[in-house]
Amino acid sequence: MRFGIVLFPGSNCEMDCQYVLKEVFSEEVDMLWHKEQRISGYDAIVLPGGFSYGDYLRTGAIARFSPIMKAVEEFADAGGLVLGICNGFQILCEAGLLPGALMRNWSLHFICKYIYIRVENERTAFTNACSPGQALHVPINHNEGCYYADQETLRDLNERGQVLFRYCGPGGEVSEGYNPNGSTENIAGIMNRAGNVMGMMPHPERACEMLLGSEDGRRIFSSVIRRWKGKD
Amino acid sequence: MLSVKVMVTLKSGVLDPQGKTVRNALESLGFKGLADLRIGKIMDIKMDGVSPAEARLQVEEMCRKLLANPVIEDYRYEIQEA
Repeated sequence: MRFGIVLFPGSNCEMDCQYVLKEVFSEEVDMLWHKEQRISGYDAIVLPGGFSYGDYLRTGAIARFSPIMKAVEEFADAGGLVLGICNGFQILCEAGLLPGALMRNWSLHFICKYIYIRVENERTAFTNACSPGQALHVPINHNEGCYYADQETLRDLNERGQVLFRYCGPGGEVSEGYNPNGSTENIAGIMNRAGNVMGMMPHPERACEMLLGSEDGRRIFSSVIRRWKGKD
Repeated sequence: MLSVKVMVTLKSGVLDPQGKTVRNALESLGFKGLADLRIGKIMDIKMDGVSPAEARLQVEEMCRKLLANPVIEDYRYEIQEA
């Protein structure tokens, strides 16, 4: 399987993603500079974390107009798998490829810590290697992770199974006490209606080896690979 | 020369933790009667060589495309001869 990782000015998690896909999963990976106008020959595109364009104006607001984003939109429209992690999630929301928006954490603090997220739908391209309701131990590292969507959008997301992850406790219990950033309904990750574009605030790429405290992040990449191989 | 002032504010109903914190700070300084405080952004733009009507069209498009996120924000603007 061949992954393309988009590098924006200010991205800083692209090497982690590359390392995991190449060294942990032995898949092919290329870095794609944001000025590229075309992407071809890729099975999945990753928009990694970071602070593209210094988070100026709004997180992801400027990056969404990078030349490569038009190609990413076409790739997504054609059914290609797209993963947005942290800043990548923010960019996908700004681009309108995912509904809603990511706002300042309600504590007004930058948060960097391990948390748990509960898998809300395990029948997707991004979660099929997870068990139903599984609590994944993964880190978050963000200042603007508070997911917001209006009531109508939330209803759609819930009804169509587009909510992939909610912040939870170690046993999978979803409650306000386990909401690190004020996200509506504890939402930590969603996918689009077609099921081929996903965004999540936590960093699965930083939780793929026990040396780093958890291997739960592997499930996300395993799911994508399984889906591509037609094994899920 | 035209002077354009774009004001971007959070939609009502969208939580503004910054605004709340600033309001609490003002209250702790003894200011009374604060019913609400919300923080927004102001962008000062200077435009040259365009008519006010043309500027209006362009600024409207700037707001829709980039300056405001319609999911969470409202915008308004004033255009004046500088």
